Amino acid sequence: MSANSAFNEEKGGSSNVGEPEYGHDPASGGIFSSDYKRHDDLKEMLDSNKDSLKLEAMKRIVAMIARGKNASDLFPAVVKNVACKNIEVKKLVYVYLVRYAEEQQDLALLSISTFQRGLKDPNQLIRASALRVLSSIRVTIIVPIMMLAIKEAASDMSPYVRKTAAHAIPKLYSLDPDQKDCLIEVIEKLLADKTTLVAGSVVMAFEEVCPERIDLIHKNYRKLCNLLIDVEEWGQVVIINMLTRYARTQFLNPNMNESLLEEGGGEKAFYGSDGDDDEEEDKDEKDKKKAEAPSVVKRKPYVMDPDHRLLLRNTKPLLQSRNAAVVMAVAQLYFHLAPKAEVGVIAKALVRLMRSHSEVQYVVLQNVATMSIKRRGMFEPYLKSFYIRSTDPTQIKVLKLEVLTNLANETNISTILREFQTYIKSMDKDFVAATIQAIGRCATNIGEVRDTCLNGLVQLLSNRDELVVAESVVVIKKLLQMQPEQHSDIIKHMAKLTDNIQVPMARASILWLIGEYCEHVPKIAPDVLRKMAKTFTNEEDIVKLQIINLAAKLYLTNSKQTKLLTQYVLNLAKYDQNYDIRDRARFIRQLIVPTDKSGALSKYAKKLFLALKPAPVLESPFKDRDHFQLGSLSHLLNAKAGGYQELPDWPEAAPDPSVRNVEVPEWTKCSSREKRKEKKVEKPFYSDSEGESGPTESADSASDTASDSESGSEESGSGSESEESDQQSESGSEEDEEEEERKKKKEKIKAKKPVPESDRPCAPFHGNGYGKDIKTFPAVCLADHAIFPLPVSTNQTITPSGNLKTYELLHRITGEGLSVEYCFSRQPFSPDPHMVAVQIQFTNSAASEAKNLHIEDAKLQSGMRMKEFPEIETLPAGETVSVVMGIDFCDSTQAANFQLCTHTRKFFVSIQPPVGELMMPIFMTENEFKKEQGQLMGMNEITEKVTLGEKCHGEHAVIQRVTTAANLSRSSCSSSPVSGSQVRWEDGDQWQPCAGQCENGDRHNVGQGHPSDPHPVMIPPTLDLLPLNPVNYFLSYGLVLSPSGQSAPVPHTVPP
Amino acid sequence: MIHSLFLVNPSGDIFLEKHWKSVVSRSVCDYFLEAREKALDPEDVPPVISTPHHYLISIYRDKLFFLSVIQTEVPPLFVIEFLHRVAEMIQDYFGECSETVIKDNVVMVYELLEEMLDNGFPLATESNVLKEMIRPPTILRSVVNTLTGSSNVGDKLPTGQLSTIPWRRAGVKYTNNEAYFDVVEEIDAILDRTGTTVFAEIQGVVEACVKLSGMPDLTLSFMNPRLLDDVSFHPCVRYKRWESERVLSFIPPDGNFTLMTYHVNAQNLVAIPVYVKHSINFFESGSGGRLDLTVGPKQTMGKTVEGVLVTVHMPKTVLSVSLNATQGSYTYDNATKVLVWDIGKLNPQKLPNLRGSLSLQTGAPKPEENPSLNIDLKIQQLAISGLKVNRLDMFGEKYKPFKGVKYITKAGKFQVRM
Repeated sequence: MSANSAFNEEKGGSSNVGEPEYGHDPASGGIFSSDYKRHDDLKEMLDSNKDSLKLEAMKRIVAMIARGKNASDLFPAVVKNVACKNIEVKKLVYVYLVRYAEEQQDLALLSISTFQRGLKDPNQLIRASALRVLSSIRVTIIVPIMMLAIKEAASDMSPYVRKTAAHAIPKLYSLDPDQKDCLIEVIEKLLADKTTLVAGSVVMAFEEVCPERIDLIHKNYRKLCNLLIDVEEWGQVVIINMLTRYARTQFLNPNMNESLLEEGGGEKAFYGSDGDDDEEEDKDEKDKKKAEAPSVVKRKPYVMDPDHRLLLRNTKPLLQSRNAAVVMAVAQLYFHLAPKAEVGVIAKALVRLMRSHSEVQYVVLQNVATMSIKRRGMFEPYLKSFYIRSTDPTQIKVLKLEVLTNLANETNISTILREFQTYIKSMDKDFVAATIQAIGRCATNIGEVRDTCLNGLVQLLSNRDELVVAESVVVIKKLLQMQPEQHSDIIKHMAKLTDNIQVPMARASILWLIGEYCEHVPKIAPDVLRKMAKTFTNEEDIVKLQIINLAAKLYLTNSKQTKLLTQYVLNLAKYDQNYDIRDRARFIRQLIVPTDKSGALSKYAKKLFLALKPAPVLESPFKDRDHFQLGSLSHLLNAKAGGYQELPDWPEAAPDPSVRNVEVPEWTKCSSREKRKEKKVEKPFYSDSEGESGPTESADSASDTASDSESGSEESGSGSESEESDQQSESGSEEDEEEEERKKKKEKIKAKKPVPESDRPCAPFHGNGYGKDIKTFPAVCLADHAIFPLPVSTNQTITPSGNLKTYELLHRITGEGLSVEYCFSRQPFSPDPHMVAVQIQFTNSAASEAKNLHIEDAKLQSGMRMKEFPEIETLPAGETVSVVMGIDFCDSTQAANFQLCTHTRKFFVSIQPPVGELMMPIFMTENEFKKEQGQLMGMNEITEKVTLGEKCHGEHAVIQRVTTAANLSRSSCSSSPVSGSQVRWEDGDQWQPCAGQCENGDRHNVGQGHPSDPHPVMIPPTLDLLPLNPVNYFLSYGLVLSPSGQSAPVPHTVPP
Repeated sequence: MIHSLFLVNPSGDIFLEKHWKSVVSRSVCDYFLEAREKALDPEDVPPVISTPHHYLISIYRDKLFFLSVIQTEVPPLFVIEFLHRVAEMIQDYFGECSETVIKDNVVMVYELLEEMLDNGFPLATESNVLKEMIRPPTILRSVVNTLTGSSNVGDKLPTGQLSTIPWRRAGVKYTNNEAYFDVVEEIDAILDRTGTTVFAEIQGVVEACVKLSGMPDLTLSFMNPRLLDDVSFHPCVRYKRWESERVLSFIPPDGNFTLMTYHVNAQNLVAIPVYVKHSINFFESGSGGRLDLTVGPKQTMGKTVEGVLVTVHMPKTVLSVSLNATQGSYTYDNATKVLVWDIGKLNPQKLPNLRGSLSLQTGAPKPEENPSLNIDLKIQQLAISGLKVNRLDMFGEKYKPFKGVKYITKAGKFQVRM
C-alpha cells in the first residue's frame, strides 16, 4: 500500500514530464537531497509487484535518459525487472540496460541468462529481440556468448531473426575486432540467404566488417541484383553502393574506347585518379570542353559483361524511388559504371530531388556540381531547374550558381548571363559575391562573352555596396590578366578606386594590377604609390605586401620618379611588425637596389618581377571531386571520412566472370568431370557457403546449447522442447497467444540431459538432446569426424558400396604427362581421426620418369589441417601409384589449396570436398535417428540440377538419377508409416534397400518420396521434392525434376 | 551508421538525446550550435558539419533541429532522409512535430526511435509496422490503459516486417470501405519583372487515403498518362506495370500515404493562373518610396482562385509601410522585413490592389536591389496540367469500395521578380 501511495504522489509530479521533477517534496530543500529522494521513490516502485507501478517508474527513468540525465544509480533496481512479464516494462528495461550496461558491466551480466533463455523462445519476436538486446550490451566478457548466439540465429527459421543476427554482427565486431574471422563466416552464410529481409542487413554487416572481402560477393552477385528491387529502401542504398565498388573491380570500363582515345590526346582516364598535375589538368579541362561530343571511333570492340548489364538494368527502376538516398545511390552507380550514352537517365531523377527538402537539395546539388563538370550535356536540358529563387537558403543559391556556371557554354551563355544580372541585384550579399565570381569564370571559359562580362563587372565598380565592388575588382583583375593592353582605361578607373575601397583583397588586387601593368598607366602608377606610401602603416598585411611589390616594379621601370618613394616604403617595411613584410622588404632591397655587394641576381630583377605571368584559370571547386564515390560523405566533405572505401579503378583486363556462376549449381558440375576441373582452376576463394553451412551449423547450435547448460541455464535443449518448437515452426506463424501459452508450458518442462565431457567429439549431438548410448540397432547418423570405436560390422559398411567418384586434380596435359586423380576413399584416416582420407592416384604417362612427388606450400583456410602423403621418390613412365593423404576440412567445403611438386615443376591444385564426403559413421537406433533428425534446425539448401533424358520415365530410373546427383544411395527404413516419408540414400549408382539397417557413413535425408511404397510413383511434370517438415532442412536436397530435360533449381521456400 | 540523435530547439537547448551505440557526449553539439550562431537563418546551417572525431548531419524541420552524429562514412542523404522520416513519424503519431509534443510523449518517442534503428541502421521505418508494435495514442486508449494497466506496446510480431509487402498489415477490417485520392498540383514558376515566364513547371502528387479491408489490389489509370514526365512511386507500386501499361497497380498501405509524385513536362506551356502588376520605386533622396501592386486572374480554366497570399521581402532599409488594400489585409514585420498581403478569393470584376508609401531609414542610400514577390494560391477542383484519373479498379476482395478523386492546384515556389 505504501508503494501505491507513493505512486499516486509521484503521478502528480510526473505528469509534466518535460520539467525537472525535484522539489515536489517541500521538506527537502537542496537539490541534492531531493534528487536522492526521488531515486529512492523510483526504486521502491520498481521493487513493487504491481506492473503499473513498475511501468510508471520505468517511463520516468527513460524520460530521464532521453533528457540526458544520469540514471545509472538505479541500475540494480532496474536490472531485476529484466524478466518482467509485462512487455512494455520489459522493453523499457531493455532500453535502460543497453544505455547503461557499458558503465555497469558486472551488474549487466545478471541479465544475460534471461536473454539466453529468450534466444530459445518459440516466438520469433522474442528470439529476435533477445538477440538484439544481448548484442547491444557492450560488455566484453559476453563476446563468446554473443558469438554463439549470432551463429545460431544466422541459421534460424525466421528470416526476421536472421536479419537481427546480421544486425548483431557489426555490434560484436566493434566490441571485439578479433572475432573478425568467425564473423566473416557468418556473413558468408547470411549472404547466401535468399530472403529480401536479410539481404540489406547482411550487406551492411559486410561493409562494416569485411568490405575488402569482395570475393564473398561473387556467388551472391546475381542474386543481390535480382532481389534488389524488393529489398527495403535502406538496404537498397547499402547494396547499391557496395555493388558499385564490386563492379569497379570485376568489369571493364564501358567507356574504354573513348577514354583511350582521349588519352591519346593527352587526356587521362576519364574516371578515377586524375587530379595530380594541376597545370596539365587545366589544359585538359579546356580541351575536353571543346571535344565533349562523344567520339565514335572505336579502337577495340568492347562487349559489356552480362552481369554488368544486369546491375544497370536492375537498378534503373529504383530511380523512381521515393527515397532520395536510393535515387542518389542509383545515380552514382550510373555515373561510375554506365556507358556514357546511358548516364543521361539519372539527370531527370536528380532534378526531381531538387524539389525536396533543402538538406536533400544541398547534397544533391553538390553531387550534380561534380557530375556537371564531367557530363555537362546531361544536365543542359534542365538548366532552368537550377535557376535561383530569392527564397532559397544561401548555401543552396551558391551551389546552384556553381552548377549554372558549369553548364554554361556558347549557346546558353546569354541566357545565363541574363539570369546572373538578376542575381546581382539580390539582397543577399554573399550570394552576389558568388555571382560575380561565377561571371568571372564564365568569362574565362567562354571567350566570346569576355568583353561583355568585363563591361558588366566594371559597371559594378560603381555599386554602392563595397563587398560587391571588392569582389568585382578581384574578378576584373583576373580577367584583365588575359588581355591587359586593351584595357588601360579600366586600370585607370580602378586606380581611382583605391581612395574608396577598404576591402583589403580588393586593394591588394588593384595595386598588383597597377604594378603589373605600370607601363600601360605610366602617369598614374607613381601617384598611386605616393598615396599608398602615405597610408602604408595603416594597411592590412596583404595590402602592404602589394605596396612593396608595386614599389619594386615601379623602381625597375621608372626609377627616376619613384626611387625615393621606394626607399621610403622599404624603410617603413623594414620596421613592420609582421616578419613576412620585413623579409619581403629585405629581399627586394637586395634585389633591386644596386649596391657593391649585390650579386648577379640583381641584373635579372626586371625579368623576375615583370615576367609575363600566365592568366589564372578560374575553375570549379568541384573539379576532380569525382575520385570520391559520389553520394558519399567523403565526396561531400572533399576529404576522406573514416571507413570510406576507395572506389577502385577499372581493371585492365576483366577478371574471370565465371566466379559469379551460380545458376548452375556446382553439384551438376561434379557429375561431369570436365566441368569439375574447370571449377578447380577458377579461384582460390571459390567457396561454397551453402554446402559448408550444414555441418558448421549443427556444431554451432549444439555447442551453444552446451554452453547454456554449463552456465546453469535450466533450459538446455531438452528433447520435448525442441519437438515442440518443431511443431511450431511447422505450422508457420502461429497465433501469439498460443505461442505464449506454449512458452509457459515449456518453462515447466525442465528436462536436462547430461553432457559427458568424455564424448567431446560427439558433443554436438548430445547437446541437441541426443542419447549418447549406442543401442543394439545399428543405424547411421551424420556426424562430422567423430570417430567412434567402430564395431566390426560397421567397418564393412564403410567400404565403398558403389563406384567411388574420382575427381581430377591435375590433367595429363597441364601436368606435362603426369595426371593425378583423387577420390574420397571413405575410410577412416588412421593417423588423425578428424581428417578425411583422400586417395590420390598418380599416373605418369610421360616418356620420362617423375621424381620426388610431394606436397608443398599448402594454403588452407584457418583451422584446416592437412597430413601430406610421404614423398614418392620416383614414378617411372607408364606407372600408376596411389597414396592416401588426410585433410581436415573443418566441416566446411572450403577447398584445400596446395602445390604438387615434382623434381622439375610445381602445380597449383586444390581439393574440394563435396558435402557428402565429410561424414563420419555413428551408430544410433533408427528412432533416435528420427528424433535427431526432427530436431535439426537450419536453413540450408543445396540445389542440384538433374537432367532427365527421354528414356527416364520409370520410377527406378528417376530415383537413380536423383540419388546419383545427390551423391547418395538409398536404404529402406524399417518401420513406421509416419517416417516412411524419409528416404535414406547411399552413395553410388544403385540404390540398395537394406532392411532395417543403414550402411554408409555418407547418408543424407532427402525429404519425401516413398521408396518402400509398393505403388509406382507417378511423376508429375514437376516433382517437387521439398521436405515436408520445414525444420528439416539440414542437408536436405531440394530438387525439381522435369521430364523435358530442362530443370531448374528449386527456390528455397521457407514457410512463413 | 547513425550513432546518436539529438533534438535541438531554436534556442539551442538539447531536449532529447538517443544513442544507438556507445554514448556520445552532448558536447559534440557545440560545433553545431556554433555553426547555428554563425548562420543568419536556420536554413543556412550547413547540413553536414565535420568535427575532429565526428560528423554532424542535421535537418531543420518544423522549427526543430534533428541532429545526428556519425562516425564513419555513410551516404549523407541516407541520414537526411532518415531524419525526415523520424520527423514524419512523430507528425504521424502525435499530429504535429513540435518540442511540446515530443516532450509530452517522450517515452513513446524514445521507444519509436528504438524500433526505427538498430545499431544505427534502419530497422523498421514503415508507419504500418511501427504502429503494430507501438500503438499511437488516442484518448480512448489512454483511458483504457489507465483503467486496465495495459500498455501501448504491441506484443505481436509485426507481420509487415516479414511479408514482402511490409507497408500493409494483415487483417485490416473496415465497415465502410473507401479509397480517396487527392491529385495535388503545385506550380513552380519564376516570372520576371515584365511578367514573362522565366521558368515554370508543375509538380504533382497523388495523396491517397485508403481504408479497405483485407488485401485489396488496386489499379489506378489516368486518361492522359503521357503528360507525366517524371514519376516517383511509393514502394507498393509495381514499376513493371507502369513501364508497360502506364497504370498504377499496387496493394495499398493502410491509411494515408503518398502514392506517387510526378512532374509535368516543362515543354508544355504551363498555365499561369494569376498575373501581378507591380511597381516599386524609391525616391532619390532616400527617404521613402512607393509601392503599387495589383493581382488579377489569368489562365484559370474558369475556376475561382482562392487563398491568394502575396509575400514581399523588402530591402533591409525599409522601416515601415503605409499602404491601402482594396481587398484583404496586410501586415509588415519590421524584424524580418516581410510584407504579407492576404487577399483571399480573387474577384475578376474588381481586382485587388495594394498601394501606398514606404518609409526608409533616414540617411540610408537608396536600395539598389529590388524585392521579390512570392505568391500563394489555391484552385479547387482543377489539376492545372489537365491530368485526369480514368478509373480505379479493385481486385482480390469481394466488397464494393467507395471511391473518390479530388483535384487541387496550388502555387508552389511561385516567384515574381520586381
